[in-house]
Amino acid sequence: MNVNMTFLGQLVSFAILVWFTTKFIWPQLNHAIEERQKKVADGLAAAEKARAELKDADARAAVEIRQARQQAAEIIEKAQAQANQIVDKARTDALAEANRLKAAAAEEIASMQQKAREELRGWVGRLAVQGAAKIVQREIDVSAHKAMLDQLAAEM
Amino acid sequence: MASEPQGGLTGYITHHLTHHVLVLGDGGNPFMRINLDTLVVSFLLGALFCLWFWVKARRATSGVPSKGQAFVELIVEFVDTQVKDTFHGDRRTVTPLALSIFMWVAFMNAMDLLPLDAPGWTVKAAAGEEAAHHTFFRWVPTADLNTTLAIAVAVLLIVFGHAIKAKGAGGFGKELLTAPFHAHGVGAKIALAPANLLLNLIEYFSKPVSLSMRLFGNMYGGELVFMLIAGLFASWLSFVPGVVFNTAWAIFHILIILLQAFIFMMLTIVYIATAHEHH
Repeated sequence: MNVNMTFLGQLVSFAILVWFTTKFIWPQLNHAIEERQKKVADGLAAAEKARAELKDADARAAVEIRQARQQAAEIIEKAQAQANQIVDKARTDALAEANRLKAAAAEEIASMQQKAREELRGWVGRLAVQGAAKIVQREIDVSAHKAMLDQLAAEM
Repeated sequence: MASEPQGGLTGYITHHLTHHVLVLGDGGNPFMRINLDTLVVSFLLGALFCLWFWVKARRATSGVPSKGQAFVELIVEFVDTQVKDTFHGDRRTVTPLALSIFMWVAFMNAMDLLPLDAPGWTVKAAAGEEAAHHTFFRWVPTADLNTTLAIAVAVLLIVFGHAIKAKGAGGFGKELLTAPFHAHGVGAKIALAPANLLLNLIEYFSKPVSLSMRLFGNMYGGELVFMLIAGLFASWLSFVPGVVFNTAWAIFHILIILLQAFIFMMLTIVYIATAHEHH
């Protein structure tokens, strides 16, 4: 246990070691550790925030789902009402159309009846004239007796 | 370095407690010698520590660390926590100092766990029995007072540096003369100054002595116990107890290795912390 020059050698070695650690080991490692600590702290804060936001979003989503459901129900109701309305209208329209067609057909029938009657009258007039001519054996002047013939036709 | 028949256990132990000495000059001055084994082993261990931590520090990321980086960071954070708890100031130089002391001392202490006779066998295998008989090699640098005293003195110088930085050269000098006995009045102060100075000198002198002697004593004693246990292996009768004792002492020694390194580091931090305190 005698102290000798080794002492000085170890003193220098120790100085070098401490210098090296101070310069090249501690700053880098400490930097990494501190940065990671900050990252972890940030991450935890972010997670906390995200959790709060999620809770918020859940509540909002629930409200919106409820609203959407209500809206959907309203829309369905409205659609049904509209459909009923359309069916009703179609029925009314169809009825009106049918009535109209029926009326038109009746009118046509009436006008055709009238026409047939007119025609019949003309024929009757002419037949009467021909018959009368045969009876009197001479030509009757249609134009001279027109007024009388028309009156006859009208009386029929 | 197997035990010699004529030397017996005493010869074996004496052989193992002799350093590999490089004599400078004519050998007349006992100080002009270098314990080559201590220097080389401690230097290699210091370099190993530097290389290991430097590689990890260079690749250190703040993301997910590798297992190696996590282990290194574990040590660094352990040391930093100790420093933080004791010393309240700028830790940029204190923590590296504590880390260096802890790791270097722990590494050097751990050499105690390697087989006592490994250097001797190596020499014997390489150069024969005769060369081994004349080769001395102790590979526990902390069982050499030169190492522990060097670190302790370096610590004392650093403590002085901290004290002067914290209080100024004048303040530090004044404290040497006026503390721990405080006096009022110029006359009383002058009267107490020699006593204060003496006490402070003793206090400062005792710091490196206690630091270095504690570590040296523990490691030297531990080494000696290993040698005594190794003596049991000389006979087949005591071989099994020898193995049991050797294992038990080695396991217990793991505690001592780390504990002594930790104590050296802690006391260094405490000394630095007290250097910043004003009396």
